[in-house]
Amino acid sequence: MTYIAKPKFQHPGLPKNDLGYTHRDYEGKISTLCAGCGHDSITASIIEACYELSIEPHRVAKISGIGCSSKTPDYFLGNSHGFNSVHGRMPSVLTGANLANRDLIYLGVSGDGDSASIGFGQFAHSIRRAVNMTYIVENNGVYGLTKGQFSATADRGSKSKKGVTNTDNAIDLVAIALQLGASFVARSFSGDKTQLVPLIAAAIQHKGAAFIDVVSPCVAFNNHAGSTKSFDYVREHNDAVNRLDVITGRDPITVDYAPGTVQVVEQHDGTRLALRKLDADYDPHDRLGAMTFLQKHAAKGQIVTGLLYVDPDSEDLHSHLNTVDTPLNQLGEKTLCPGNNALEKINASLR
Amino acid sequence: MSVQSPISSVNDFVVRFANVNGSGSASANELFARSILRHGVPVSPRNVFPSNIQGLPTWYEVRVTEDSHLGARGGIDMMVAMNPQTWDKDVASIEPGGYLFYDSTKPMPTSKFRADITVIGVPLTAITNSTYTDPRQRQLFKNIIYLGAMCALLDMDPKLVEQLIGEQYKGKEKLLSSNVHALHLGRDWALQNLKCPIGLRVKKSDKVGDRIFVEGNSAAALGAVYGGATVCAWYPITPSSSLADAFTTHCKKLRHDGETGKANYAIVQGEDELASIGIVIGASWNGARAFTATSGPGISLMTEFIGLSYFAEIPAVIMNVQRAGPSTGMPTRTQQCDIIACAYASHGDTKHVLLFPEDPAEAFEFAAHAFDLAERLQTTIFLMLDLDIGMNHRLCRPLKWDDARQYDRGKVMTAEMLEDGRDFGRYLDVDGDGIPFRTYPGTHPTKGSFFTRGTSRDRYARYSEEGSVYADNMQRLLRKFETAQDMVPRPLQANAAKPTKYGVIYFGSTAPAMDEAIGILEARGHQLDRLRIRAFPFHSSVASFIADHDFVYVVEQNRDAQLRQLIVNENGIDPVRLVPILHYDGSPITARFIAGAIGDHQDQLKVTPLRKVKS
Repeated sequence: MTYIAKPKFQHPGLPKNDLGYTHRDYEGKISTLCAGCGHDSITASIIEACYELSIEPHRVAKISGIGCSSKTPDYFLGNSHGFNSVHGRMPSVLTGANLANRDLIYLGVSGDGDSASIGFGQFAHSIRRAVNMTYIVENNGVYGLTKGQFSATADRGSKSKKGVTNTDNAIDLVAIALQLGASFVARSFSGDKTQLVPLIAAAIQHKGAAFIDVVSPCVAFNNHAGSTKSFDYVREHNDAVNRLDVITGRDPITVDYAPGTVQVVEQHDGTRLALRKLDADYDPHDRLGAMTFLQKHAAKGQIVTGLLYVDPDSEDLHSHLNTVDTPLNQLGEKTLCPGNNALEKINASLR
Repeated sequence: MSVQSPISSVNDFVVRFANVNGSGSASANELFARSILRHGVPVSPRNVFPSNIQGLPTWYEVRVTEDSHLGARGGIDMMVAMNPQTWDKDVASIEPGGYLFYDSTKPMPTSKFRADITVIGVPLTAITNSTYTDPRQRQLFKNIIYLGAMCALLDMDPKLVEQLIGEQYKGKEKLLSSNVHALHLGRDWALQNLKCPIGLRVKKSDKVGDRIFVEGNSAAALGAVYGGATVCAWYPITPSSSLADAFTTHCKKLRHDGETGKANYAIVQGEDELASIGIVIGASWNGARAFTATSGPGISLMTEFIGLSYFAEIPAVIMNVQRAGPSTGMPTRTQQCDIIACAYASHGDTKHVLLFPEDPAEAFEFAAHAFDLAERLQTTIFLMLDLDIGMNHRLCRPLKWDDARQYDRGKVMTAEMLEDGRDFGRYLDVDGDGIPFRTYPGTHPTKGSFFTRGTSRDRYARYSEEGSVYADNMQRLLRKFETAQDMVPRPLQANAAKPTKYGVIYFGSTAPAMDEAIGILEARGHQLDRLRIRAFPFHSSVASFIADHDFVYVVEQNRDAQLRQLIVNENGIDPVRLVPILHYDGSPITARFIAGAIGDHQDQLKVTPLRKVKS
């Protein structure tokens, strides 16, 4: 609740990361979401991932649209700039911010209404432009703030709290992201922190458009029997293809896993992702295979989770535009203004 | 029909070329206009074109005007009728005593002509076909051949035209010589077969001076380069696309790092206008200078974001090249019809800064200035261009830049200031001008971060639904708008030779026609003081100008007298005192129209009062 100020003191024995920050340094204001909301678990996972990666909190820009999910950037990374923008328009605002300063980390937080309905176009175009970002959709299949209408990710045949059956087909943002060329695509479940935290960490490390669809049950309007986004339903139908560990240091991969079940993915910046394979047939480098796998399992009513696709040699919008290494917002008159001599030459060419 | 003597005029006439679009006539016609400029004679050309790529009628009008009347004149002295589709209308539009130039390869019945004009037939197709075999060459060189014939008819110096062709095809010798050859084919045929010159003539003069010949869109884009814009996001829409295209061209020449070759800018063609303005807002929020170029329909789409820019106080520059609305309207015709839509864009109580350049030179200056204003005022600044300025070449003073000039980046709190313990409240009015400080993301590890939102919040950017907190913020935004009044370009006043009770207010692309109309009105005995408004919010001199006159005409290019509405609304003026003079058929306003409308009104005022009649 907003009227409760979050106490500032912290236990002196709290563990610290490489930068000397504790978890508390990655927290934000107290959440105003409903008790038990899946989104709060995602917030906790973002905090955990940033802590583990030893990111300087102020070097992250948190950008969101409108809705329950879009309120959450206020609840983590309190020392970061946040921007709760316009409904469905987070991707364009994030794209602009990213163009202005390529040195920050961009975290886009959106919901299923925000990204699959009103902002479906912006979602699609930011992905196909390869904006360097971590795009998280907190997907509960329902409009929470306006009290329980279906969203575009609600499965056909699922029931609303009021008992209405959804007759429209669902949009699977993961399938779309794969089709649009996202170079990092994952799905997880808000209730599965051990899977989610490393996925967020890996996405942050990834250069290019990293998309994570996080199924996040709405305790107020979409956690009943008949919903396909409830805790019970997702737990029963979750089909994890892999589990991930992010190795930022240079330590050799420990041999905790049975031989043949660990796949190491080295990303552009040298970070290595250790994938514990749960499905022997699954290849996270095969975009086409991922799409087929996804469709096959969807037909069986299974929700595939894990790192579904990653391109270790990905590029981003800045490389496509060939922009200078210095962030554009740091360039001054000397670099930007061609001066009066150049203008006189232009004048001469216009006579 | 009375015998009409042919029009005789040196350096003061209007030629109109009627073509089919996609036929390659545009470059030949532009060459014609430029050649006259090289004679030291000012011209003012205008494209009249359809919203189409190939096959529909298009016109190119060149006003030759030694006196530098750069507005549209109205009336056509010579028609170069190259389009059978529009023949009848084109022939009918020629002034009595005017000239008709046509392709006489196929005989035309006499009923297709008029007795009161001079008809000049040149067998263009026959000349072309006997010289060229390639169909595309036939098409293109036919245009140059008629240019050559015009050269002879108007007594133009062929050397000056050749010189221009030489500059145009520098390094492409083959094209150069074949164009020059085509030019002389036409010219020689005319000299041998026609009475040259006709009554309309171009005579060398020295009235062009150091002026440049440039399109408003290109000049505005150059202003964005000089003003330090690094991010441009746009979506194609007539008549603004050429602005973004020009920005791209200018940046390629002027904005690449000398060592690495990398770009000091980012241009994104958005998926729509929503994304374009979103990118601009995101980039500006993050400390880059960003802009978009659009037109009316784009403004409609952007309004939600414009409200966010106003309320969350994020800089943005929108260059609106206006076209005739509403809805799709007339996409290729000019109007000043988005004044109200831009001044009050978005839901809730909002007001935005508008800049009204009169020509490309001002478009350049105001465009550069817009970025300073946007960052100083932390809000959206509209550069209100229109198709007439944007998409036509206009003669204007050379562009200038003061190398000592520094960008005004506005109130930005730096890491050092935060470290020094400065109180940072994102919406705190520390200086009484309504403008708070902002911080760029990533400035300081523990100080200066805040949460930007379109919802109501207190002075320290904390969410609040308290009525008093909301009202306090809305009042500050009004204070900020008052501050803007003295930062934006001031109105320019020019008084009549004799003291007068009447004034006229005008803005933007109406300026050249208005200036010319003043001369016509003076000749009719009407004295008017003039005020050219260059920005909104209105400077206090607007209200005092109105107070100083019994009646003030407000001349504008829209149906609903939008600027007049804005003046009445914002300055509490009695509407009776402001007489609307409105032109809105999509064609550029003319001096003839303004002088006619104001003259008629003035004449009515001179009617003897009723009381005197009775007595």
